[in-house]
Amino acid sequence: MKKKLLINIANGLLMARWKQTLVAAVGVTFSITMFIALLSFMSGMNDLLDGLIINRVPHIRIYNDIKPNAHQPITLDRNYKTAHHFISSIKSDESRQSIYNSAAIMQAIKNDKRVLGFSQKLTAQVFFNDGNIDITGSMSGVNPVEEGSLFHFDDYITSGKSQDLTKINNSVILGKGLAEKLLTNIGDVIQITTSKGERFQLKVVGIYQSGLRDIDNVQSFASVSTVQKILSKPSNYITDIQVKLKDITQAPAMAKEYEQLFQTDAEDIQTANSQFETGSSIRTLISYSVGITLLIVAGFGIYNILNMMIFEKMDSIAILKATGFSGRDVQNIFMYIAISIGVFGGLCGLLLGFGLSSIIDQIPFNTAALPTIKTFPINYNPKFYLIGMVFSFFTTYFAGWFPARKASKIDPVIIIRGK
Amino acid sequence: MSNTILEAKNINKYFNDPIRIQVLSDINFSVNKGEFVSLTGKSGCGKSTLLYVLSTMDTDYEGQLLIDQEEMPKRNEPFLAKIRNEKIGFVFQFHYLLNEFNVLKNVMLPGLKQNKYSEEEVEFRAIEKLKILGIEHLALKQANHVSGGEKQRVAIARALINDPHIIMGDEPTGNLDKKNSDLVFDIFKRLADEFNQTLLIVTHDPSFAARTHRIIQMEDGKIIHS
Repeated sequence: MKKKLLINIANGLLMARWKQTLVAAVGVTFSITMFIALLSFMSGMNDLLDGLIINRVPHIRIYNDIKPNAHQPITLDRNYKTAHHFISSIKSDESRQSIYNSAAIMQAIKNDKRVLGFSQKLTAQVFFNDGNIDITGSMSGVNPVEEGSLFHFDDYITSGKSQDLTKINNSVILGKGLAEKLLTNIGDVIQITTSKGERFQLKVVGIYQSGLRDIDNVQSFASVSTVQKILSKPSNYITDIQVKLKDITQAPAMAKEYEQLFQTDAEDIQTANSQFETGSSIRTLISYSVGITLLIVAGFGIYNILNMMIFEKMDSIAILKATGFSGRDVQNIFMYIAISIGVFGGLCGLLLGFGLSSIIDQIPFNTAALPTIKTFPINYNPKFYLIGMVFSFFTTYFAGWFPARKASKIDPVIIIRGK
Repeated sequence: MSNTILEAKNINKYFNDPIRIQVLSDINFSVNKGEFVSLTGKSGCGKSTLLYVLSTMDTDYEGQLLIDQEEMPKRNEPFLAKIRNEKIGFVFQFHYLLNEFNVLKNVMLPGLKQNKYSEEEVEFRAIEKLKILGIEHLALKQANHVSGGEKQRVAIARALINDPHIIMGDEPTGNLDKKNSDLVFDIFKRLADEFNQTLLIVTHDPSFAARTHRIIQMEDGKIIHS
């Protein structure tokens, strides 16, 4: 009953000044709209850019690193077990690059329930011959089916089919930059030279575009068996096993576990690509701070309008107090006004924000770097809408709190005697 | 003494800005139920200041104030607000109606705040008060659409809504012409005679004071005749 009366009075004051109220609400609406649109767009863009890396990078990469042997002869000598060893001119080991006992490792990974899938890979350094020009490049031997399902390989094949790698013998998919340099297209035959001097003829079956120019200029793909043949290695020669997990956050722990278990090197995605997380978090931070700044500006708008309203309604406040409304009642009346502006403006802002993001979602966005994207990316995460609502509530609450408190402190005697 | 409504005991008040001056010195008096009292004196003699002390709105004084034989605390704002709501009705020189609401709602507001009766009952009582004052035909008009004299009568109806122990007025006829002042005075008189309503009215109009039951005269912050 009491609450109803205060809301009733607040409503009366609001409606008497509905134009001012509307301006204040529009301020909130505008800032929430921009907040939602900005965050949806920024976060969509972030996901896209992160996806560029995360989609095609394995969560754990198992390989043999080139590094000095941890067990040098002196460490095996029992006499010097407790001593500190100084070894100079140490050299990296000439150990094999291939993963030892790769078939058994692959079987073990296959049986691990935390693993979504894996693909084998090996890399060869080759020269692409074009007349008298040799272009240095790298050739990865991949299994196109697994590569496609786990690492979105097909998304980056701009022409041709990845499956042709296994169907057609001695076939290759070239990076876009590389193909342009070699002046080749699908169906052409190119010649390569291996680091050991052997020559091979390969048929181009596809063009690959990652969006990262440096990669597109040197990268090419062939089937695993083709690359093994180029390197003159047996069919169990694998240099990398790329593992994709069900839960990416487990990658660092599992990488350590695999290192122990398989006696190889294992690198997790977080360690390999830490700079991307930094980039995303900074972009997110910037969009949040812009959004929150907008809301604070809207808060000042509400503060001003309430202050003005209190100034105009001094007489009303004085008589309410004289006839038995306490300071708290008066404060509540003005808080109701502030919060109803905030909630109304905020809800409109959420709707308009959704509308604006949908519009942005329709704007064409074609860039050579991102072959699969046709329009601006938008992330419709409900989290942004929730944050927007909570924030609009709190900014209006605080913007209203100070003027409402001022109103509650008005001394009716001064107002009434002043007349 | 059981029918004493309002009692002031040794009330002193000072203004501290810019220098400390005593505005009320040793005020002692009481008002009994059904009395129509006028408080008069020259401008600046402290009569309004005294009224606001008695109204509980001004708590910056020394001494004791008893309303309905209950001592008023000085630092309990919600409690004092409740006392004003239930036991005191106010009529000021200016009407102080809320322009956002109609006449009826203005009269009802203190009643709704008291929350003793349902909204329908408060409305019924408000219409009754308007009838006593002969302005029930204005009930549904916006407050800023009625004339000055009518506004003051609406303000009186608002003061009456909670059946207060005492009505306090600060120059209630100060802004009105002769005809309307007489009308307001007659209403006060009728309230005192017919409804046994206690009234304490500050006025500097001698003809108004002369027609009340009792005159309290002030000079330089002291009561010189009561």
